[in-house]
Amino acid sequence: MPKESFVKRYGLLIGTGLAVGAAAVLLTALGNPANMGFCIACFLRDIAGALNFQRAGFDAEVGTGIVQYIRPEIIGLVLGSTVIAMVRKEFRPKGGSSPMIRFIVAVFVMIGALVFLGCPLRMVIRIGGGDLNAVVGLVGFAIGILIGIVCLKRGFSLRRAYQQSMTEGLIFPALMVVLLVLVLMHPSFIVFSAAGPGSMAAPILVAFAVALVVGVLAQRSRLCMVGGIRDAVMFRDFRLVSAFIAIIVAVLVGNLALSKFTLGFEGQPIAHSEALWNLLGMVLVGWGSVLLGGCPLRQLILAGEGNTDSAVTVTGFVVGAAVSHNFGLASSGTGIGTGPVAIAVVVGFVVLAVVSVMNMQKLEG
Amino acid sequence: MVDARGYSCPTPVIMVQKAVKEGNPAKLEVAVDNQCSVENVTRFAQNAGYKVQVSDFEGDFKLTLTK
Repeated sequence: MPKESFVKRYGLLIGTGLAVGAAAVLLTALGNPANMGFCIACFLRDIAGALNFQRAGFDAEVGTGIVQYIRPEIIGLVLGSTVIAMVRKEFRPKGGSSPMIRFIVAVFVMIGALVFLGCPLRMVIRIGGGDLNAVVGLVGFAIGILIGIVCLKRGFSLRRAYQQSMTEGLIFPALMVVLLVLVLMHPSFIVFSAAGPGSMAAPILVAFAVALVVGVLAQRSRLCMVGGIRDAVMFRDFRLVSAFIAIIVAVLVGNLALSKFTLGFEGQPIAHSEALWNLLGMVLVGWGSVLLGGCPLRQLILAGEGNTDSAVTVTGFVVGAAVSHNFGLASSGTGIGTGPVAIAVVVGFVVLAVVSVMNMQKLEG
Repeated sequence: MVDARGYSCPTPVIMVQKAVKEGNPAKLEVAVDNQCSVENVTRFAQNAGYKVQVSDFEGDFKLTLTK
């Protein structure tokens, strides 16, 4: 059989990566927080805030916290995946592969992401903006993935998933439709920040439409930030990592064109320079994400395809975000949180280690 | 047959990798239940020098790998 051509092998992934990068730059130019065009962790955290699960930085005068908003980007990503999966007959409800383990791992992945201040996607976007703290994060992320690979090679698996009912698979996409209605109607019980990053947003329909397209592309290309490094190391397969690089290139070019590129550690938007915590936060994210089988973006896409294990994982992210902000674990531009950050991170490593060791088994064919 | 149904990637690829490494079989059948795994196992198998045929298998997918 002839080898795949370069275009066939890398085209869709590089195209998706460039589209994600361009979307991030565009959405930032249209109002999203700096270097945060598309951060899954931040945006799920904002949704947790809009539902009043957390109200970090609450200001009595303003009446809201600083990270509360229903991000249409999340909704668009999931529904884009759902639509294309339905069209291509890939929408197959399945679940039951250690849902509670996934939930708890997801909580700690989110805690790690908020210590660093970003999911793997925002890490890449920050690198494209010249934020060197994110390069420190990348080192941690890679270390975490390598630990995860050791687990995989020793037979780590969260066991089989099973077919589920159509209703079960459709609940998560349906929840996204509910969120879409809520963001458009903005009833009084939904809180949108009046100040801070949560108050900075691209127009709802533009953000939704852009995310819808990215959701379709991500579903088709199986884009995954964790899979990139994982597959490159495990299988010498550089397809996913090519998208990773394409995102950096697109964001870099976009930022240079808009004169938004600033190289350095200090004064980067919504970032801090505590290297140890940037590193350790992303080790948690990398390791946890390998155990979960994909980065937060990929989990959204899978949840959109009817994978209820991923839907549980995303729920874990939302809870993790609320925990992070309610207990002072999340960092801010001024540094790490005022709560027991070190304890939380250490507990996270212990949890991941226990989960990893307890789920190594001989894979039966 | 390697029955990787219910597993999500990269596990199916790891299972096939193991089977190939251990016996270097001339023919190997692999069952998976999602399109993503079909693509990943196919790619891995082709790189390992196999021809891959995909067929329906109880509503899921069967990949037949032959040298």
